[in-house]
Amino acid sequence: MKRTRVFYWQFAFTLLVCAFLIVPVIMSIMAGVTVNFFQGIKSGMTLRWVFEVWDLYSETIYLSLLISVVCLACTIVLGVPAAYVLAKKQGRVARMVEEFLTLPLAIPGLAIALALLITYGGFRDFRMSWAFILVGHVLYTLPFMLRSVLAVLSSADFRTLEEGAASLGANFWQRFFGIVIPNCRSGILAGSLMVVTLSMGEFNLTWMLHTPLTKTLPVGLADSYASMRLEVGSAYTLVFLIMIIPLLMALQLYGRPAKPRAVVEEEVEEILSAGASGALALPREGGR
Amino acid sequence: MERREYPFLAVLVLPVLVVFSAFFLLPMGRLVAVAGTGPEGVGAYIAILTTPRYFESLVATIVLSTLVTLATLAISAISGLFLERNRFAGRGILVSMLTFPLAFPGVVVGFMVIMLAGRQGLIGDITKFLTGDKLVFAYSMAGLFMGYVYFSIPRVILTVMAAAEKLDPALEEAARSLGASQWLVVRDIILPGLKPALIASGAICFATAMGAFGTAFTLATNIDVLPMTIYTEFTLRANIAMAAALSIILGLITWVALNAARSLAGSTVAAAA
Repeated sequence: MKRTRVFYWQFAFTLLVCAFLIVPVIMSIMAGVTVNFFQGIKSGMTLRWVFEVWDLYSETIYLSLLISVVCLACTIVLGVPAAYVLAKKQGRVARMVEEFLTLPLAIPGLAIALALLITYGGFRDFRMSWAFILVGHVLYTLPFMLRSVLAVLSSADFRTLEEGAASLGANFWQRFFGIVIPNCRSGILAGSLMVVTLSMGEFNLTWMLHTPLTKTLPVGLADSYASMRLEVGSAYTLVFLIMIIPLLMALQLYGRPAKPRAVVEEEVEEILSAGASGALALPREGGR
Repeated sequence: MERREYPFLAVLVLPVLVVFSAFFLLPMGRLVAVAGTGPEGVGAYIAILTTPRYFESLVATIVLSTLVTLATLAISAISGLFLERNRFAGRGILVSMLTFPLAFPGVVVGFMVIMLAGRQGLIGDITKFLTGDKLVFAYSMAGLFMGYVYFSIPRVILTVMAAAEKLDPALEEAARSLGASQWLVVRDIILPGLKPALIASGAICFATAMGAFGTAFTLATNIDVLPMTIYTEFTLRANIAMAAALSIILGLITWVALNAARSLAGSTVAAAA
């Protein structure tokens, strides 16, 4: 294919956009390991700022990890069963429930945080604990788990599988844990990566809900940008990037649950007799 | 078997409904109630329109979000189409770079704007070298615009690329063989094909920009966008009723934008990816 002038024009434009997004990240990383950013790289490189960040803010890193893991557990326990019910029921009530559960996405975090503060701010112990932040994170991330699992379930023919299992005598819970859950694993994985990444970076809600004793990583970042020298803020940003880059890479790999996975043979056999497994294998194509 | 399952299905969906009722529905109801308890009562909503400070911040936020949306859609359509249509060495790296800031919180985006356009920023250095004057605009509306475009590009570009993949190349070939110019193909074939994706991602972009708080918070506390006004009302002025009324208006605007886009684009619009 010959390259036209339009090609080079668009190529140059795209490179410019890339530079716009990436150059400040590189500058920030450099600033985090430079002795004096104002004098530039010639002032020498150091890990001093990174250690300083660790001394000052390591608590925020632990708290963010803790909240994102607990938040993930909550969204799985609450969201996956709800997604199954919504995939199964197509009626008006089900659509209203779906609308209701995804509403936190359409309302700015600031408004949700304000509402939580007005309603539960008076419960001192709750207000002072990190559980208060957790509630906000669960509201905000649950729609992503729900959507992700729902996408997989609506492209998988889990009804046929369930009917097969039921005709062989599997009861509701056996079918739910033996057929449905294993079949939406790819959706749970994609949703989980999304939930953890969002929870780690959540600021809008968290800034309103935090207390001096419950600071998360982004809250600490805002704090360091406002009150510390540029190098410390940069080093802190560097720490944040190191924490989310693996998550982002995993999201690129597993983030789009395109095709439902076939039920693994032995799992089917666990619930049913060996002879039924052939009939239960999912069609591999289909979905988006 | 369908009907007998109802109790089981209810058990599965009940926990999330209880949690959402207690921590979302009830608080939102309280927010609406509190908005009517100020000195003006329900008049707080009218005060938004009649008090210059609130009204100006509302208008400024809407204008800013609209401009951000238009700029982001234009940039993402050009680059997204290019990356979807052409295969060349290094394409994957470009795509990763363009989607990398997807998970940056608003505060980090604000810091990136400071890196580019702040007092010690790159743009300042370049303009000082070229013209002798240091251009610093990070701490103003222009800086905020830059930050919002920065965090919107990755989201929109992914949607545009996914939609461009589904366009039928035969239509374009047919148009070209009939003698249509490049520009006509873009206007009559490509843009209409991308329209649903552009509307959907544009609405998300608009809603996110309306409610974004972290970037403005990092750049300066005196940029009067609605989320900053709400924050100031709540924390500094302790005018909780006004803060509640403002955030309800803000929530309504984003909700209406997303729903309008959904009925226009005809598919599910998910906010704030």
